[in-house]
Amino acid sequence: MAIPVYGGEFSEREATRLLWRAGFGPRPGEAKKVAAKGFSKAVDSLLDPPKAKLVGPEPQDEDGNFAPYDLYGHDVMWWLDKMVRSNQPLVERMALNWHDWFATGDAGSIRLSIKQAKMFRKKAFERFDRLIEDVTTDPAMLIWLSGIYNSKWELNENYGRELMELFTLGVSDETGYPYSEDDVREQARALTGWRANYKDDVGYVKFRFDPEYHDSDPKTIFGRTGTFDWRDSCRLCLEHEAHAPFVIGRLWSYFIPVPPDASTRAQLEAMYLEKYEIKPLLEAILRHPALYEGPSMVKPPIVFIAGMLRARGKGVNTESWSWISDMAGQRPFQPPNVAGWDEERWLDTSSFRGRWIAATYITGDDEVDPEARYSDDETPDEAVKKALKFWADPPIDPSTRAGLVEFGAAVENAIVADWQEGTYRALRQNALRLMIAVSPELQTS
Amino acid sequence: MACHCNEYSRAHLLRSAAAEAGQGLPKIEPGMPLPAGTGLSRRSFLLRAGLGMMSVYGASRLGLRDLQSGIASAQGTQEPIIVSVFMDGGMDALSVLAPVNDPVYRNLRKEGIRLDEGDGPEFAEDDSLMWHPRATALDDLHRAGKLSVLPAIGYTDPDQSHFTSRHYWEVGELDPNERTGWLGRLIDVIGVADNPIQGLSLDGWLLPSLATASKPVAAIEGSRYDLWAPGVWGDVEPLMFEAVQAMGQAAAGSGDLGRVSAGKTADQSIELRSTLDGFGEVTVPGVYPDPDHWFCQNMSSLSAMLDNDLPIRCVSVSAPGGYDTHDNQGETFADDIGITFDTLAAFQADLETRGLADRVITLVYSEFGRRPEQYGTGTDHGAAGAAFVMGSRVQGQMVGEFPGLAQLDEDDNVLVTSDFRSLYCSILEQWFDVDATQIIPGASSFARPQIIAA
Repeated sequence: MAIPVYGGEFSEREATRLLWRAGFGPRPGEAKKVAAKGFSKAVDSLLDPPKAKLVGPEPQDEDGNFAPYDLYGHDVMWWLDKMVRSNQPLVERMALNWHDWFATGDAGSIRLSIKQAKMFRKKAFERFDRLIEDVTTDPAMLIWLSGIYNSKWELNENYGRELMELFTLGVSDETGYPYSEDDVREQARALTGWRANYKDDVGYVKFRFDPEYHDSDPKTIFGRTGTFDWRDSCRLCLEHEAHAPFVIGRLWSYFIPVPPDASTRAQLEAMYLEKYEIKPLLEAILRHPALYEGPSMVKPPIVFIAGMLRARGKGVNTESWSWISDMAGQRPFQPPNVAGWDEERWLDTSSFRGRWIAATYITGDDEVDPEARYSDDETPDEAVKKALKFWADPPIDPSTRAGLVEFGAAVENAIVADWQEGTYRALRQNALRLMIAVSPELQTS
Repeated sequence: MACHCNEYSRAHLLRSAAAEAGQGLPKIEPGMPLPAGTGLSRRSFLLRAGLGMMSVYGASRLGLRDLQSGIASAQGTQEPIIVSVFMDGGMDALSVLAPVNDPVYRNLRKEGIRLDEGDGPEFAEDDSLMWHPRATALDDLHRAGKLSVLPAIGYTDPDQSHFTSRHYWEVGELDPNERTGWLGRLIDVIGVADNPIQGLSLDGWLLPSLATASKPVAAIEGSRYDLWAPGVWGDVEPLMFEAVQAMGQAAAGSGDLGRVSAGKTADQSIELRSTLDGFGEVTVPGVYPDPDHWFCQNMSSLSAMLDNDLPIRCVSVSAPGGYDTHDNQGETFADDIGITFDTLAAFQADLETRGLADRVITLVYSEFGRRPEQYGTGTDHGAAGAAFVMGSRVQGQMVGEFPGLAQLDEDDNVLVTSDFRSLYCSILEQWFDVDATQIIPGASSFARPQIIAA
C-alpha cells in the first residue's frame, strides 16, 4: 500500500490551507490562482518554485533605515521581510522550521546568526545527512552549543548531547535509550577539534577544524568503537534506529497537527532511510489527505504576522515587529531555549495580546477616519464584506461570520444621534477588521 | 545591554526555562546547578483580586478554588514583608561606592569608568568612599537611617560563574544541588498551605529564591492587560470585546483542534481584560521617576497590592539593567543604577505615604561584584559585591567595612568582609522572628549583624 494521496476537492479553501501550512499565507488572489492549477501542480510549484525573487516594498524602519547587522531589531525585520516578499514560500518556511529544529539563540554576533539563517534557506530541501554536517560546523552553532570550547584537553558535552537529544534522536529515557551518558561523553570526544579565533570588536573569526585539538583516540558510541571524528559523530546518529522515527515525527508536526497513521509513518521512514532525502518527504506530507481533511492548526506567531502583511500587500515598515513578534511568542533569532519553540503552546492570554497588537499595527496603518464622511447607510452585511475584503477575503466559518454580522447590527442599535450614523459605521469598520484578524479562523489554518 | 559573556547568556536562557518548571530543562552545562524550583508543578489561573495572570507553583493537591479562598481568608494580616531585588549580572560595587582617592583604584580604573572626588556625595560612614552620582537616592536613604549598607559582601572561595554564584545566593548556602530557595524555606516555615501569593515573583516566572518544598508560591506577569483597538471607541468598543468573546466561545465548542484552542484563548483573553478593567490602568504615583517604566510600574503595583491587604510575605523581583558589564560599562551602568535606585527610593516613599513602611524591608543584591582592574571598556567578574537593606525599621548602618584595594584576593578581587548567609540569618531572626537554624544550613556559625533596629 502506497502512502495515501489527497483526492478530494481542491478549492480556494484547501489552497489557502496549503499556502499557510507550506508558507506564509496567500497574497490577494493567490489562493484562487493556486486552486485553479489543480492539486498536483499546486504542490509541485511549492517544491520546485520559480527563481527566487522578492516581490513588494523593500524593508525600512520609521526613519527610513534598514541595517540588519547594526541596528536593534533589524535582524527580525530582515527575516520577516523574506517571509513577506518571498516567491518561494516553502523554501522560506523550511528555513524557519530548521531554525526551530536547530534552535540557535544569541551567539554574540548578528552577522553569524544571519549567516546561519541564509544557510537554512539555501539548504531548505537539503538531504539530512548533509544538512546535519552543515549545522554541526556552522559558526553560530559552534559558539551557541560550545563546539569551539570542546577540545581533547577540556571536554564540553553541550553539542554532543543536543545533537542526539534535540537534532537527531530525541530525549533519552532512564534506561539510557536511545543513548546513555557515556554516549554523550564519547560523542563529545568525537566532536573535539573545532576552534575559532577571538578578535576584539569583531568576535569569533576563522572557524576551523584543528587536528591538534581533536581527540584521536578510540571512542565507543552506541556500542561501536573507532577513532571517530565529527563526521562519524553525525553519521552514527543517523544510523541509529531511533533516528528515522524522530525525523518523520518532527518534520510531519510542522505541517500536520496530529501524528501520521502507523502505515504512513512506516513508509515515510523507509523512504527517508534510502538517502536521507527531505524533499520526497515534504512532497508526501503536502499530498497527504491528513493535511486537508484533518483538523486545523494554530499558525506560528511569525507566520501569522508575515501572512497579514502579505494579505495587505504591505512591506516591513517598522522595527516594532521585533518586540511585537516577541510578545506574540516567536521572535526569530531568539528561540526560548535550545529546544526551540513549543508548537503545542503557541496560544495563551499573553501571546494572544501580542497577536492582537500585531493586528492593530496593520489595521491602524489604514484606519478609517471616524471624522471623515464614511457612510450613513452601510448595512451590517456590507460592512462585514468590506472588512473581509480588507484581508483579501479569507475563508471564515459561518458561526464567525454570523458573529460579525450580529456585532454590526448591535453597533447600529447603539446609534441614538444623527452624528453617530456615519461615525459609528466608521468605528465599526475599524473594529471588524481587527476582529477578523484575531478570529479563530485567521489564527489557524 | 553590554553583555557578551557567553556563559551568562546561556545561563540566562536556562533560567528563563525554569519558568516552565516541570517541562524538562535543557541541559546546557554539565555540572552547573539546576535552578532551585525546577520541576515544581505549575498551574495557571486568573486571580480575581487584581493580580492578573498568575502561575502557581507547588500546589498540586489543591484546586484553584481552594487557592482563591486561601488568599481571601489570609487577607488582612499585618505580618512583616521582605522584597528581594536582584541586580542581574554582577553589579560593579566599586562604581556604586567608589574609593575615589585610593591610588590602587585610580590606577586600575580608567577613564569612562573611574569616578573622581566630587562627582558624587561622600559616603556618610566612611569618607574614603563616594556614592556614584546616580546613586544619590541611596545616600539620602542612608543619611535618613533607612539603608543598611554592606559594601563588600560575598562568601569564602567565591565562584565567578554567574550561574553558580547566583544559585548560592538564591538557595542561601554553598550547595550546587540545593533545590529550594532561602525565601522558599522561610515560607515553608511561616506560610500556609493554600495561599500562593505569600511568595510572589513579579517577573512572570518563578524566581528560584522563592522555590519551596511544600507550600505554594506564585508568579505574576504584572497587572496590566489592555487590548487597544485603533479607531474604535465609545459604545463600539465594549460591543467589539463582547463579540470577540462570543466568537471565541463558539469556536471553542467547534470540536476542531486549532479553532478550539484559538477560540478558548480569545475567550480567556477577553475575560482577563474585563476582570482587570479598573485594576488594569496602573496609576504610578508622582514620586516614581518614570511612570512608563516597567520597574516603576512593578514596584508601584506592589505597593498598591500591599495596601489592598493582599497576604504577601516574600516578594522577588529583578531590577532593570544588565550588570554584566564586560564592555562599554560607561555607557549603560549609570542609567541602569539610576532608574533602579531612584525607583526603590520612590517605593520606600510610596510605602511611607500609605502607612506600610514599618512592615516592609527591601533587600538589594547581585551575584558578585566586579574585578578592580578594568579590562578594555568594562570589567570582569569579581568577588565581593555590594548589598543594601532598605526600610523604615532597618538599623541603617554599614555592615562589614570596605576592605580597601591594597590587599586583594588570589584572583585580584575585592576581599569579602561580610557573608550573605550572615545577612540572611539576621533578617530571618530580627525581621521575621524565626530561628535561622531551620532555614540556613550551618546558621550557628554565622555572625548576626544588626540589620533591623533593635
